[in-house]
Amino acid sequence: MKTVIVKYNAGNVQSVMYALDRIGATYLYTDDENEIRTADKVIFPGVGEASTAMSYLRKTGLDKVIPSLKQPVFGTCIGMQLMCRYSEENNTECMGIFDVDVKRFPATPGLKVPHMGWNNIYGYNSALTDQLSDNAYVYFVHSYAAPVCEFTVASCDYIHPFSAMLQKDNFYAAQFHCEISGNVGQQIIENFLKI
Amino acid sequence: MLTKRIIPCLDVKEGRTVKGVNFVNLRDAGDAVELGAMYAAQGADELVYLDITATVEGRSTFIDLVRRVAHTINIPFTVGGGISSIADVSALLHAGADKVSINSSAVRNPDLINELSLEFGSQCIVVAIDTRYVETSDGMQHIVHTHGGRKPTELLTIPWAKEVEDRGAGELLLTSMDTDGTKNGFALELTSIISGNANIPVIASGGAGTMDNFYDVFTTGKADAGLAASIFHFREIDIPDLKQYLSDKDIPMRMTR
Repeated sequence: MKTVIVKYNAGNVQSVMYALDRIGATYLYTDDENEIRTADKVIFPGVGEASTAMSYLRKTGLDKVIPSLKQPVFGTCIGMQLMCRYSEENNTECMGIFDVDVKRFPATPGLKVPHMGWNNIYGYNSALTDQLSDNAYVYFVHSYAAPVCEFTVASCDYIHPFSAMLQKDNFYAAQFHCEISGNVGQQIIENFLKI
Repeated sequence: MLTKRIIPCLDVKEGRTVKGVNFVNLRDAGDAVELGAMYAAQGADELVYLDITATVEGRSTFIDLVRRVAHTINIPFTVGGGISSIADVSALLHAGADKVSINSSAVRNPDLINELSLEFGSQCIVVAIDTRYVETSDGMQHIVHTHGGRKPTELLTIPWAKEVEDRGAGELLLTSMDTDGTKNGFALELTSIISGNANIPVIASGGAGTMDNFYDVFTTGKADAGLAASIFHFREIDIPDLKQYLSDKDIPMRMTR
C-alpha cells in the first residue's frame, strides 16, 4: 500500500510521520502530483495559518489536485479546515470539499481561545471511529472550527458544539491531532489505513 | 468537556533524567525515553523535558533524545532549556517536539516571542515564567526571575504575563519559586490572577505535594494544567490515582483506564 503525506508549507509534520512509524506504516512525504494521484491513501496534515497555506496550495496547483482525488484522503487540523469552503482566518477561500464555513470561536468570558488540550468526541458515524469507546479523548489546538453540519461524523463541545470529524465520499477529516492523541489517535490512523 | 491536564516534568542532563528516580519497575530509571513512555502509559496528558545541560555536546544529545521521545510516545510534549534562537526551535520541532518553552531568552529579548510565534505559530511557543514574591522599593511584589529563579529581573510578573501573551505566546508555564520544592501547594493567588487575566492556557508549577494541591490549583488557582516533577518521580503520587481522585471531585480529567 502506498501512503502519501502531502508536503506543503503548513508547519511541522514530523509527529505525523512518527505516528505512522509507530504503527509500522510506510509513507512518502511529497508534493508531486503524480505520486499523490497514484497513492492508495493520502494524508493531508497541517499546523498553521489558513491563508498562507491556501496561497501555497494555489501556487502549486494542489488546491485542484486534492479535491479531484478518488482514493481515501484524510485531512487533519488545518488540513481539515482547508478542505472546507471558507475560513474566517484571514478571510480565506478554501478548497470547498465540505460545503461548510470555518469560524472563529466567539470570545466567551472564562473560556480561552485557542481551544487547547484533551476533549471528548461523540456522535460517531465513520469507519475512522471504529473500536473507539464512547466519548474518547483527543488532543485539540485550534481557534477556528467548523460548525456541526451534514458532513459531521463526530462532534465536540467547546463554547459551542463543533465538528470534530467530517466525512464526504472518499474525504475524511479530523480537527484534532490524531498523531499525538494517545491510543485513540493511533486507532483512528490505523482505521484510515485499513479503509 | 475540555479537561485539566496533568504534566510530569523531566529534567534531563546529557540525555538522561536527573534527580534520582525511584521506579523499580523500570529497567533504567535514568532513561528519559522509557520514563516518559511510562508516564504516557499511566495517563499523563503531556510531558515536559527540560534540558539542564550546559555544553554544546549535551545540546546535540538532547536533540537526539527529543527524536527518540517523539518516536516513542503518542502524547504531546514540550521541550525547554537554553533555547534562544529560531534555529534552536527549528531543530527541536524538526526532531519531533510539539512545543518549545523559552524563559531567560524571552526576558533578555522579548521580541524573540514575536519572532518565534510568527515563524512557527503561537500554538507551539510556551513562555516559562519563574516568579518570586520579594521586597522592592515599592513594597512586596511578584518579580520575574531568571537563572533557575536565582536572579531577579526588573519585570513585574503579572504585566509580564500579559505582555508575553500579547507578543504571541501560546501558553504560559508559571513557576513560583516561593512554593517550588516546598510540597505545600501551588501559588494559588498569583496563578489565579494570571490565569484570570490570560486568554491562553496557564500551566501551574511549583509546590505540588498532595492530590489536594492539584484540586486547589484547578479550582481556586484557575490553572489549565498542573506540572510536577519529584512527587511523580518518587511515586509519592501516582498519576492514575491522582486523576481518579480529581475526577471523583468533579475536575474534568481524561481517564484512560
